[in-house]
Amino acid sequence: MRPPSYWPFVVPALVVVLAIIIFPWVFTIWMSLNEWKVGSPTTFVGFSNYLRLASDPRFLESVVHTIAYTALSVLLPLVLGTFAAVVFHQKFAGRGFLRGVFIMPMMATPVAIALVWTMMFHPQLGVLNYLLSLVGIPAQLWVFHPATVIPSLVLVETWQWTPLVMLIVLGGLAAIPTEPYESAQIDGANLWQVFRFITLPLIMPFLFIAGMIRMIDAVKSFDIIFAITQGGPGSASETINIYLYSVAFTYYDLGYGSAIAVVFFLLIVALAAVMLYARQRMLWTEIASDA
Amino acid sequence: MTPRQIIGKIGLWLSVFVIVSPAILFFLWMLSLSLKFEIDNAAYPPVFFPEHIAWKNYADVLASNRFLTYFINSLIVTGSATALALMVGVPAGYGIARMAAHKSAIVILIARITPGLSYLIPLFLLFQWLGLLGTLVPQIIIHLVVTVPIVIWIMIGYFETTPLELEEAALIDGATRWQVFRHVALPIAKPGIAVAFILAVIFSWNNFVFGIVLAGRETRTLPVAVYNMISFDQLSWGPLAAAALIVTLPVLLLTVFAQRQIVAGLTAGAVKGG
Repeated sequence: MRPPSYWPFVVPALVVVLAIIIFPWVFTIWMSLNEWKVGSPTTFVGFSNYLRLASDPRFLESVVHTIAYTALSVLLPLVLGTFAAVVFHQKFAGRGFLRGVFIMPMMATPVAIALVWTMMFHPQLGVLNYLLSLVGIPAQLWVFHPATVIPSLVLVETWQWTPLVMLIVLGGLAAIPTEPYESAQIDGANLWQVFRFITLPLIMPFLFIAGMIRMIDAVKSFDIIFAITQGGPGSASETINIYLYSVAFTYYDLGYGSAIAVVFFLLIVALAAVMLYARQRMLWTEIASDA
Repeated sequence: MTPRQIIGKIGLWLSVFVIVSPAILFFLWMLSLSLKFEIDNAAYPPVFFPEHIAWKNYADVLASNRFLTYFINSLIVTGSATALALMVGVPAGYGIARMAAHKSAIVILIARITPGLSYLIPLFLLFQWLGLLGTLVPQIIIHLVVTVPIVIWIMIGYFETTPLELEEAALIDGATRWQVFRHVALPIAKPGIAVAFILAVIFSWNNFVFGIVLAGRETRTLPVAVYNMISFDQLSWGPLAAAALIVTLPVLLLTVFAQRQIVAGLTAGAVKGG
């Protein structure tokens, strides 16, 4: 007798996933091939929405903003998160509690913290300019100036998501055996050398995973940017996701918005593929140099 | 202790201080803003410890009828989306783990990569056709986009670690697969379900993007309500900060008290909704 299968367990979830994940995707692709505006009749237009993207200066500008925002929002949390992980890997009193405090920024409601950051960025009354004045740095315009808005938003994003990198790298540190450290101590290596030549190579796979997750989240970042600047001043912090929102839900140009959504998704997949490829290349060179 | 050890100790504590202070100072400042009258919040240099504490800010927020409505909306949306996700996601995680159908996880991966706004365009139209806009149903359904992948992902991982021997013994004794799941696998999986539950609740509670598109005046959840407060009274920081703190307080408490589960869940799948 063939044992009854496990399919019945999966069917309800399959129905839900088909309805809320697969169906929207198929429908989005179909919509992107149409001129589809709320309140007017739809017409099939083939790839013209995609062609329009290629010559839409606001879209192209948003791609540049997204890449700048993402690059900074991956690098800074990776560096700071690794440092934090090395520290939290040590034993000290109150470690568990302090780790809980440390991860609060990433669990807190993004809109709520965005609101407080907006107050802190205030050029006249904000606490950040006050803190800068204490160390003699002139007041900044933060999110209110086109030149500083992206770095300021990255500051929030870094504050928020460094803990996730820390947690992933901390998991990696826990898996490292103690022998290499013991022999390094005997050889008289200093702290930096131990980190650079023992710890770093061993946590590389974890850093890579953290970088990948960070990239995916930073590209899609919405709540913080929308709540603090809505893409402003002007369009200085308008990323693809923010532009997508305007097109779809301010102008209700759903066909064009769908095309942006498809290109956006492909861009994220492409970035992930590039990262995977770079990682593979690194591994090959390592193997090659070992041989 | 040798001098070297003492220096090491000082260095460690200095590092801990540097790492933790941005989080601590931020939330203390949030608390300070929420407890000050306008005159203190508009003062320069900033007042850190006010002479008069403005409990009134909290009283005002809590006393407004709307806030209670939005709080209940948030409870309904997050509660329903999490309950539904557990109902379909826990058995699915079990089935996928036992069938070793790892390829199906690709769908979860796609869901993880897709920007939340992409779901909104087609589903917004669908809800419009169905005449559901203006009720909480669209938000409950679309929050499943956040909660279902989290639950399935965590449960696959968890059921892969639970022992098979008991389940096989029960099957040999003539139990059906459903009975095995219900009476053998499910009780063992409680810690995993707790992790899935906590993360689903947090990411659904925090969700903002679905609400700004789908919520009307009566159907706002708390994050959307707080966002709408910004545009109305830009200058009264005290009540705003108080509202923000009330909205995020349940999540902060969960983070501190369920830290172990949250860390386990985040490092297992490193899932995040939206």
